[in-house]
Amino acid sequence: MVLDLNLMLLILYFMKTPLLAFNDKGIYCQQADVYLDPWRPVKNAIITHGHSDHSRWGHQNYITHHTNVPIIKHRLGDINVTGKDWNETFVINNVKFSLHPAGHIFGSAQIRVEHLGEVWVFTGDYKTEDDGIAVPYEVVKCHTFITENTFGLPAFKWTPQTEVMAEVNNWWAENRAEGKTSVLFGYTLGKAQRLLKYLDTDIGKIFTHGAIENMTNVLRPMIDFPPTTLITRETKKEELLGNIVLAPPSAHGTTWIRKAAPFVTGSASGWMAFRGARRRRAIDKGFVLSDHCDWYSLLDSIKATGAEKIICTHGYSDIFSRYLREIGYDARTEKTQYEGDEGESDAKEEEKHADEIVAEP
Amino acid sequence: MKNFAELIKTLDSSNKTNVKVDALTHYFKNASDEDKVWTIAILSHRRPPRPVNTTLLRIWANELANIPLWLFEESYHIVGDLAETIALIIPVANEHSDKSLSEYLREMIVLKSKSEEDKKAYLQQNWLALNYYERFVFTKLITGSFRIGVSQKLMTKALSKAENVDEDTLAYKLMGNWNPNTVTFQELILDEQSSDYLSKPYPFYLAYPIEGDVSGLGNPEEWSVEHKWDGIRSQTIIRENEIYVWSRGEELVTDKYPEFHSLVGNIPNGTVIDAEILAFNNDEIGTFNDLQKRIGRKTISATLLKSNPVILKAYDLLEWEGKDIRNLSYAERRNLLENLIDSVKDKNLPLHLSERKELNSWDEVAEERLLAREMRSEGLMLKRKSSPYQVGRKKGDWWKWKLEPLVIDAVLTYAMRGSGRRSNLFTDYTFALWGDNENGEKELVTFAKAYSGLTDEEFRKVDNFIKMNTIEKFGPVRSVVPKLVFEIGFEGIALSKRHKSGVATRFPRILRWRHDKTIEEANTIDDLKEMIP
Repeated sequence: MVLDLNLMLLILYFMKTPLLAFNDKGIYCQQADVYLDPWRPVKNAIITHGHSDHSRWGHQNYITHHTNVPIIKHRLGDINVTGKDWNETFVINNVKFSLHPAGHIFGSAQIRVEHLGEVWVFTGDYKTEDDGIAVPYEVVKCHTFITENTFGLPAFKWTPQTEVMAEVNNWWAENRAEGKTSVLFGYTLGKAQRLLKYLDTDIGKIFTHGAIENMTNVLRPMIDFPPTTLITRETKKEELLGNIVLAPPSAHGTTWIRKAAPFVTGSASGWMAFRGARRRRAIDKGFVLSDHCDWYSLLDSIKATGAEKIICTHGYSDIFSRYLREIGYDARTEKTQYEGDEGESDAKEEEKHADEIVAEP
Repeated sequence: MKNFAELIKTLDSSNKTNVKVDALTHYFKNASDEDKVWTIAILSHRRPPRPVNTTLLRIWANELANIPLWLFEESYHIVGDLAETIALIIPVANEHSDKSLSEYLREMIVLKSKSEEDKKAYLQQNWLALNYYERFVFTKLITGSFRIGVSQKLMTKALSKAENVDEDTLAYKLMGNWNPNTVTFQELILDEQSSDYLSKPYPFYLAYPIEGDVSGLGNPEEWSVEHKWDGIRSQTIIRENEIYVWSRGEELVTDKYPEFHSLVGNIPNGTVIDAEILAFNNDEIGTFNDLQKRIGRKTISATLLKSNPVILKAYDLLEWEGKDIRNLSYAERRNLLENLIDSVKDKNLPLHLSERKELNSWDEVAEERLLAREMRSEGLMLKRKSSPYQVGRKKGDWWKWKLEPLVIDAVLTYAMRGSGRRSNLFTDYTFALWGDNENGEKELVTFAKAYSGLTDEEFRKVDNFIKMNTIEKFGPVRSVVPKLVFEIGFEGIALSKRHKSGVATRFPRILRWRHDKTIEEANTIDDLKEMIP
């Protein structure tokens, strides 16, 4: 009898407040008074990974995977942060939290949230292919799965990393044979290191842009990378010739890049699957290499979680959740301020200020 | 096919002209004669007729991808290119085919008359047998032309390098009506066959917009000035009692303008005239909008002929008494042309002269230009009296000096994703002006579409705004919260029943983003109507 009453209260409780809710600050767990990847300053924030749209400045307390601690400290400065291990459970006001590998970039985690037997998982960003740097994605069983869907269209399907990297190295070798320098664009955190790890140093030397050099140095104590040389004022044009330069996408079209002339540009991103995307950025060569799931791995991961309720956060969310509903899931879209990276990073600042471009009356 | 796909990939992945010329030259040097003819045909927009309509293509591709049709459509709107979408959504194949480009094209020609079942089997089998990029090229061959930034001029240059044939000669050989399925490379490029030239037009000589101040052109007495008429640039050929009318886009349009057939007999054989096709009603030059009623029609009824007559406004004479006179000076050619038109006995012949102005100073030229809108021209053409008739767009001897565009401030109301280079970004916009509805309330009325004039950076910002301020989605189109104001420029304006606003504008484009204006400060439909001359 007592049990039944509890059960009824429990049902009433769930009808009133979901375990995780989306508000104007982020994904909120009221029971624990904790936010997941909040986009406005809050008291307690659990952070999935180091990209700037997920780990923002201004929270009082950060909790994240311990391998992500040096990354967000590098980005956010002196913050109050606690590192957790994979699968380590920590309880806040009866809510059980734990972090699980997301495979997106080094130190990236999914957040598992459990309360009174109800399990939710928030993916942050993730990919299922093992890139040899991030701890590979782990399937976490849950009732509600909050998933990104940056590449949630059937037009996206990735080629295995080994093939793409062979393509990258061939391109570099060809450019070198033609007496040209290769300039390869990749996001400062994640993509740049993934490219770096598999560049073939038998072809030549690897030079870096400052942003990438600094981030790579943060990761070097934890991961083996080939040697890199930072491009400085003193670097001579001749030193660069025939070698490869790793640079963030924002360096494209700046004066900084002129030092590498004569050069050929390449970009590694999931968006490079579209001819239009590459041409719009005036890139000579596009490599389709993403740190997110493609269409098929999104569908496979969702199925593997066993979840019935799916919440789509960022990407082609409306299209993707409509498809999920058609194949039998209880799926919906929630508006967030996550943007996905993949070389679109240069547009981020503008997106944040999109409201401000309208004329004042 | 492998080599052709490689070529397309190289052309598509560079924006450097010399890389493209080199890739094409290399290809022409190594390809079979048959493949060369087909490649020239495809790059000059002479692909075989589409064997399968795009609705069926979508359905059959979709079957292989095993997704709902709406999801295919959504993907297509985002990718922005049908062949690319099909190539992307079909499961991966790592095969490639050893069949040549010509073999594929011959199959596609035969395919047109086959049963739907056979068509489906052919397409699905090939889609599954080709790798991603070959599959894309294969589907492109079926659906339409390649927009890969290769002009006819660029292709001719590469072919000239590969075959050691003079570029201008090649340009002439490649003009007009030739069938890639029947002509050989030897006949098309290498042989001299005068009998084939009966219907062949000369390459058009095109002008660049004038650079800097007009007085920089030197002595005005060395220049001839005429109006730049706003119709269709054309070339009319009269040889052996036949007439051929070509448009600038190298389309044979003889049958669309039956009134010109009366030139045969009135104009001697062996004459080629460069002229503008213009609407002409009640002894007055019409607007481009009037001409448009004729352009789209395949069958011309007697009623239409009567209600919307056209004339040729002659600029230049390229062939006279069967001789190519393009190397004579402009002044000499014009004398011959003017004598020819003077000598015509039938004064109702639809052949008028585009008058030359002898002006003594650049100030007079500038004044003449201001008359353009009233005269229904786009501005002036300045031609050096000593200039030969050159091939293609060349600087130096001919310049166009168009009117400044008309401008109006309008509100962005709808947006659509661009295509090609701009797929994935909202870059095609619809603009509105203030009007009154039947209750006398102010409302925004759509008046024009425009998709050029902003920098890539601005397009990205507007794209972001659209994504965050969408009211409703209709397939690829979104209605947008009216907030942004743009200055829209256009060349001409006319009343129109086809447009909701009651006004049609010519060449509308975005001139600049009016960050300083709110939507209340945008112009009205009445402001627009006041611009009608």
